[in-house]
Parts: sequence; structure tokens; C-alpha cells
Amino acid sequence: MNFEHTEERRMLAETLDRFVAEQYGFATRDHIAQSTRGFSTELWQRFAELGALGALFGEAEGGFGGDGFDIAVVFESLGRGLVVEPFLGALVVGSAIARAGDTAHKPLLDAVIDGRTVAALAHDEPGSHYELANVATTARRSGEGWRLDGAKAVVLQGEQAGLYLVSARTAGEQADEAGLSLFLVPRDTAGLALRGYPRVDGGRAAELTFDNVVLGAEALLGSEGEGFALLEHAVGRGLLALCAESLGAMDAARQATLEYLRTRKQFGVPIGSFQALQHRMAQLLLEIEQARSAVINAAAALDDADRTTRERALSAAKFTIGRVGTLVAEESIQMHGGIGMTWELPLAHYAKRLVMIDHQLGDEDHHLARYIALGAQAA
Amino acid sequence: MDLNFTPEEEAFRREVRAFLAAKVPARLSNLVRSGKRPAKADMVEWHAILNAQGWLGNHWPKEHGGPGWTAIEKFIFENECALYGTPRVVPFGVNMLAPVLIKYGNEAQKRHWLPRILDGSDWWCQGYSEPGAGSDLASVKTTAVREGEHYVVNGQKTWTTLGQHANMIFCLVRTSKEGSKQAGISFLLVDMASPGVEVRPIITLDGEHEVNEVFFTDVRVPAENLVGEENKGWTYAKYLLTYERTNIAGVGFSVALLERLRRTAATQRRNGRPLAQDPLFAARLARAEIDLENMKTTNLRVLAAVAGGGVPGAESSMLKIRGTELRQELSSLMRRAMGPYAQPYIEAALHEGYGEAPVGPADAAGAAALYFNNRKLSIFGGSNEIQKNIISKMILGL
Repeated sequence: MNFEHTEERRMLAETLDRFVAEQYGFATRDHIAQSTRGFSTELWQRFAELGALGALFGEAEGGFGGDGFDIAVVFESLGRGLVVEPFLGALVVGSAIARAGDTAHKPLLDAVIDGRTVAALAHDEPGSHYELANVATTARRSGEGWRLDGAKAVVLQGEQAGLYLVSARTAGEQADEAGLSLFLVPRDTAGLALRGYPRVDGGRAAELTFDNVVLGAEALLGSEGEGFALLEHAVGRGLLALCAESLGAMDAARQATLEYLRTRKQFGVPIGSFQALQHRMAQLLLEIEQARSAVINAAAALDDADRTTRERALSAAKFTIGRVGTLVAEESIQMHGGIGMTWELPLAHYAKRLVMIDHQLGDEDHHLARYIALGAQAA
Repeated sequence: MDLNFTPEEEAFRREVRAFLAAKVPARLSNLVRSGKRPAKADMVEWHAILNAQGWLGNHWPKEHGGPGWTAIEKFIFENECALYGTPRVVPFGVNMLAPVLIKYGNEAQKRHWLPRILDGSDWWCQGYSEPGAGSDLASVKTTAVREGEHYVVNGQKTWTTLGQHANMIFCLVRTSKEGSKQAGISFLLVDMASPGVEVRPIITLDGEHEVNEVFFTDVRVPAENLVGEENKGWTYAKYLLTYERTNIAGVGFSVALLERLRRTAATQRRNGRPLAQDPLFAARLARAEIDLENMKTTNLRVLAAVAGGGVPGAESSMLKIRGTELRQELSSLMRRAMGPYAQPYIEAALHEGYGEAPVGPADAAGAAALYFNNRKLSIFGGSNEIQKNIISKMILGL
């Protein structure tokens, strides 16, 4: 039993924390997050140079990390800074390419890991509401290759991505796990249309439509009809990343709120001297520590060979994070009072991010139901 | 970062399991597993089994006969015992008084009292709370006035757990009214057989006789029974309260209760299917289960920090709050799981040797009683609100 990070991970975390603190201050972040581009290409490259992307992948894949705790450390730092650069897409898409293990795709993976190519997961659909197997987009064989038709919802940083990982149905009914396939689709493919928009918590996303999109045979990632396991594996890494990001944001929100309780005076005394607020703050602390334990459990289980163990730990963590993240957001705003309602206060943006993380890759209810279903399957 | 126990810790767990399997009579574990109430003889028997193994005073330093376990090993031991279904160790002598004597008692006191705690010669109870001193413990009013070689004690203690079985009580008494209310408190050992000591039962809302009131009327206590210095008792009292907190979260109890709950949810039916498949019940159960998984890791993180040289201070307040909330939730689910059969209350069915068929499911007899009894968890040992005050002051600096 050991809850200390390795020396390497501690150094990586310190490096990232320092970089975020020095280069990604609130004014800079606000500017980037509201920009028409949606993130900073320059900072993205500098993050990559610091190793923030390489740490997400194993040595055999071209990185220098790839363990659950590597992913957690990086995303915790990103969460503390509310970083909007497209890390999640790089992690999920890169992991899927690496897992599929096709040497023909290795150059794409290299470009994702060194940050040259911005990658995005195009999986959610207007009607899927977090269900991983619910895919209506179709891919039909066409000559040597494929023809893609359908729509994808809220693709993160979709406008700037050079590469999409698209889930599509090659067989089966709309909610079947069998018959799902994954495709790598370049940005400039004919028939791919985009509608970009800003996100409420900063950064941008896009709706994608595929209208008679013709792809070569090499676009297929993994085996035809067996994309679900590959998708679940990659999304699992994304779930851990979001949980860790949330934890970083929670820590920042906690610090800001605590500081406010100590300094804000009403009735001639710091509001932190009021027991009503002290108890709310103590409760928040407990919840955050439980959330931290959930992230540790998920990181430890990320590569567990047993699917039930692994996926239950991930769903348990995402459930916990969804519940606690929302609580931290709401309580932090409440304890700040009026100022917590303002755009100028960084805390408000942490609160928005914490709540929106619950809307990515499945919310609290979704993961509680999934946790139960996984347990029932195993019984 | 490694969540696995070390090979040594796993070996220790196997050793504990082998010991439990070999030494705990089936009668005793069946009694506990079925949710029945252990009698005095059951607790005495369990203490004797542990003492024979040298594991009763497992928090004691080695030089006083402790086994020298690490915090993690104690955690493993406590959890394995809960999972196996042993009665709990009655903590007042072995886990509360003994550490105080070891740290603050004189040689004669250690030589006399410590062996008697281990061999069961004495059953200790705790004289802390008073009608006017609950969470505000330093407000104790029971007085001890020095008269020659004796103290004369007058006053009342309350919530004295298992005091009906005890022959000795350690008390916080007021020996001075000077200075702050903490400054005039002393720590005194009182023989319950002394003239002027009267024990009256308090029946709790679940119908159980677990706690008592203890009255002191001109009780003469030899001065040699004062622990440490006069008027320094508050220091010892606080030490006692913070000394042993590896099990404050009660993770083992929760794991054992969850196991029972799962069995119940698999057999009780609602809408034509097991309760475990009822979406609303399954959601409640899953939330508790996830909370417990998180709790285990939180508890181990605190223990690891202690092992690494950190101090188990206010973190134990966090464990106390979440641990007790979880145990309360699980006993609430157990009550819910029994449906209408939570209502019958047949006291005799809660004790060993009840000869008649159970009313409703076998586990139902104690479900509501346990739920009501467990309301105490968030009140005793410093209410959860007091724990939040501690967190606020010690961790948050508010």
C-alpha cells in the first residue's frame, strides 16, 4: 500500500502546475476559452513539449507514461487551470489507435502524441444521450472502402480537429454492441459538414454531419463490427481523465472558497467564523476527499484485466465525481454570495466546468445505472 | 501509488483469518452474523480468545505486551473480525484506559491494572458524559474533594455503555473551580462496588439496555486511584479520545452489513423480482456500495499518512463523519429491505436461544432495532457536528 506518486510523476505534476500557473492565468484562459478558435495552438504546442501528451501514452506507443496514474496526474493539473486545449480528444483517439495496433496508423498516432494533429472523438449523437452502443450513424461497404452517413453531437474542439474518430454501425440494430465499427476520418473529407459553437464552460464544440462520405479501406480502425470493446477501452481512459480534471478543478474551487471565507467580512467579522458556513465547508472537504479516493480507485483499476472490475471502478468514479463536482460548484457559488454569480470571478468558471464535466461521457445517473448493470451481469 | 497490500500484509491477513477460523466458536460467529445481541458472557469469551493469542491489547506498545502491529495491520485485523462475525472488543479498558495508564499512569498503577484488563479481572466503563456535559465535555460537574488519603466523589455520569457489567469506572471529575473549565478536571479510577455508587439502566429507543446512568453519593476513592496529576485530567481525556482511531470509520462493520444487505436484497422480492433488481432499491444500494469503496481508500490514505509520520488529527474527524453516515445508511437500507416485516419487535428473538420460528425473514427481527440503535453513531464520540467544528478549525483554519 503506497499512496505516494513516483518521483517522475511528481516532477511532471510540478512542471505542469507551474506552467499552468505562470502561462495560463485567468485572464489568458478567459481570452483563449472565448476565442473564435476555441483554444491556443501556441500553448497546445508548449504543453506537448512539456510532455503533457507523451505522459498519456505508453513507451511502446511512443509516449513515456500511459498508466492510470499518469493520466490522472496530467488531467488534475489541467483541471486546476481550466485548460481548454484538446487533451481529451488526443487521449481517447490516441488510445484507440494504439489499442487497435495497426502499423499503418502509426504515423497518425505519432502526430497525435506530439500534438501536430488535433484529434476529436465523434461518437455522441443527437439521440444517444450517453449510451455507448447507441449509434445510428452508418458505414456501408463501398467498393474497397466505406460510405459514411449520419450525425455526431457536441464534438469537442471539432472545428479545429484534423482527425476524427467516428463510431458507425456496420451491422445490427441501433443500440447493439455488436456491429459497431470505428473509423478514422480526416478533417478535409468531402461530405463532412460542421457547425461550430462556443461551450458554456469555455472552448468550442461542433455538430458534425456525414453525408455520403466516402472513405478508403484504411479508414477502418480495428475489426469490422467489433468496435465496441475498442471504444469502451478508449472512453474508459477518457472517463478517468475527466474525473481527474474535475478533482483538480474541485481543489481550486475549494481553495478559492476557503480564501473567501477567511477574508470576506460581514457584520464586522470574516464570514468563515459563522458555523453555518464552516459546516458547509467541512462537508465539502469530506466529499472532495471521497472523490479523490474514487479517482485513485479508478486509476488503479484502469488496466485491470477483468472488465467488470475495471469498468465498475470507472463508473463509480464518474458517478462520484458527477455528484461531488456539482455539489462543489453549487456550494462554492453559494458561499461566495453575489460575487460568485459574476463572470469576473474565476471561481464561477470552475463551477461551470465542474457541472459540465457531468455532461461528458455519461452523467451521475448514467454511471450509477451502468455500475448496477455491470454488477448484475457479473453476478 | 499502489493500492495493493504488501505480501507481508497479505500474509498477516491470512494469519488473522486462520486464527478466526480456528479459534472463534461457530456459536459466537453465528450469533453475530445473524444480527443478534451478544451477552456479557459472549464478550468475555471473545476477550479471552484474543488474550490467549496475545492480540487483545493490540494497540498497546510492545513493551506492555502489545503485538507491535502497524496501523495497516490493525485495520486489517479489525476488518477481518467484522467480516468473520466476532463480537466487538469492549473498548473501555483495553483501548481507552490502557493507553492513558501507559502514558500517564505511575508504575504501581500500570503493574496493577494493565494485567487485569487483559485477563478480564476488571470490566471497565467510561465515566465521561454527564447530563450537562455532552458534546461540551469540559463542563463536567461531578466533584471529587480530597479528604486525607481519599477523594470524596459526588455527582452523576450518563450514557455509561455496558456499565451494568462493569466493576470499575474511569471518571472525569472536577477537583477545582479555578481557571478555565478544562483546568480543574482530574482523571479518577473508581471501584463500582464502593458504597454510594448506583447504576440505573437507560433503555434506548430500540428497547435495548446498553447504556446507564451512574450516580455517586459521597463515594470514597483512594487517592492512589488518581491518574497523573490533579487538575490535568483534560489532557489525559483528550489523549484518550484521539488515541485509537484506526477503526473510527468502522469500514469492517459497513462491509459486513453490506454483505448481509446483499443477501437480503437477493431474497426479498418486490414487484415479482428480487429487491436487488428493483431500480430504486438497486440505486440506493449502489450508492452506498460506491461510497464504501471510496471510504476504504480514504481510510487507508489516512493510515498511510500516519505510517509515513503524519499525525492522525482532524482527518479522523472526516473518517468519523463519513463512516458513521455510511453505517447509518446501510442500516436504513436493511430496515427498508424488510418491508412490512421491519415492524414486529420480539425482544427474545434478538438473543441467542430463541426457540420459536422467526416472524418474517430470518434477518428481520433486528433490522429496525439496529437502524434505531445506529442513530447513536452520529452523536457519540463527539457528534458529527462537533467533528465538523474540529475540521473547520484544524484543517480549514476557519
